[in-house]
Amino acid sequence: MAQEQKVKIVIAKPGLDGHDRGAKVIARALRDAGYEVVYTGIRQTPEMIAETALQEDADLVGLSILSGAHLELFPRVVQELKKRGMDDVLLFGGGIIPREDIPRLEEVGFKGIFGPGASTHDIVEWVQKNASARGAASRS
Amino acid sequence: MTSELSQRLLQGDKRALSRLLSLVENGYPEGRQALREIFSHSGRAHIIGITGPTGSGKSTLVSGLAREFRKRGHTVGIVAVDPTSPFTHGALLGDRIRMQDLTADPEVFIRSMATRGALGGLAPASNDVVTVMDAAGKDVIMVETVGAGQDEVEIADTADTTVVINVPGTGDDIQAIKAGILEIADILVVNKADRPGAGIIAKQLHIFMAPSRNEGWEIPIIETVAHRDGGVPDLTDAIEKHHRYLSQSGRLDEVRRQRARRQLLAVAQGQLLTRLLASAEATGGLEALVEAVARREIDPHTAAERLIGEPGG
Repeated sequence: MAQEQKVKIVIAKPGLDGHDRGAKVIARALRDAGYEVVYTGIRQTPEMIAETALQEDADLVGLSILSGAHLELFPRVVQELKKRGMDDVLLFGGGIIPREDIPRLEEVGFKGIFGPGASTHDIVEWVQKNASARGAASRS
Repeated sequence: MTSELSQRLLQGDKRALSRLLSLVENGYPEGRQALREIFSHSGRAHIIGITGPTGSGKSTLVSGLAREFRKRGHTVGIVAVDPTSPFTHGALLGDRIRMQDLTADPEVFIRSMATRGALGGLAPASNDVVTVMDAAGKDVIMVETVGAGQDEVEIADTADTTVVINVPGTGDDIQAIKAGILEIADILVVNKADRPGAGIIAKQLHIFMAPSRNEGWEIPIIETVAHRDGGVPDLTDAIEKHHRYLSQSGRLDEVRRQRARRQLLAVAQGQLLTRLLASAEATGGLEALVEAVARREIDPHTAAERLIGEPGG
């Protein structure tokens, strides 16, 4: 059988945001860029997001948030991923995130943060530059 | 020697299960080695296929069934298949949206898969993925197909019990007597049974239903309203009853022997093709034959004979 290097991305919305148009637009754009994108819907707890990433063996997890609770919720997602041995997942996030919060999110492990004004093109380009599938040799 | 990953899988380690599913799905040698090691531990799960048209409520019903099976003390694996784009080769896997509350249950494991060009309603590695979940000790494994039209019948080869979902408002009674998807059902479901026209659909299915493929099994028609779990216990009863029927009648052995034959032949076919293409590509023979057929100098059948008879010739 042919080997296939498919990058799998989980797009999730932590917290209580009521709509998810932005997350769906991103999921769709990544699909169109050739990725396998798992989308989980709104109102996810950090535990649910980490569990989904585990079960799907995600290479990347992208979080979308509008409520302003990112400093609270993004680090908790990181904790929950670590608890499950998923500390090699590439993390990115977007939404209503002020510039001054970016360093703190980078500190906990987020490699790409996209605030208001970022285009889907920016995000897809970032993923293309940074993503790689785990392959067989990856630690587990 | 059993690899570390296989050992961890057999001990119930979720991370190992998740990694092995990827290795198997992506066709890595490590995945094939693991399949070799764990295969004798599989064959215990009851494999249930869930199919039906787009928007008929498959994911919602699978979610309800998973909760019901958990109540009855079974562990559950779910394989949810969504289509790959024929143009970009990307996929949006959205079945988990309807299964959110299951994520909190440690005894339910859900894996989304893309069809990656396969046309039968499943993903190319579906059978191997089911084997891995089976070896990991899941009692019940539900496989949800892509939104199926009339001809995506491959699920019947994978599952012990095939459930075909119908919804009101999808056509007249001639649809029920066409060949294809309705014929593979062991159990028929009319979902969205609170909608107008549901009774008519159920009646038409009763009248025109294909005879059961299995002697001694009468195909039940179950009405459900999946979004509020209506009829889900009845459907679970019917699924368990079918499993008992398969075991007690000896049909299960027969079904599994047939599946073994089909899987063996399918894998052998894939391996032969891979070898043939590798040697034909190495010598450039494939391109030459493609050109010749495109220019209508030789017909495809003769070209294929040359390809197989003398690869590269």
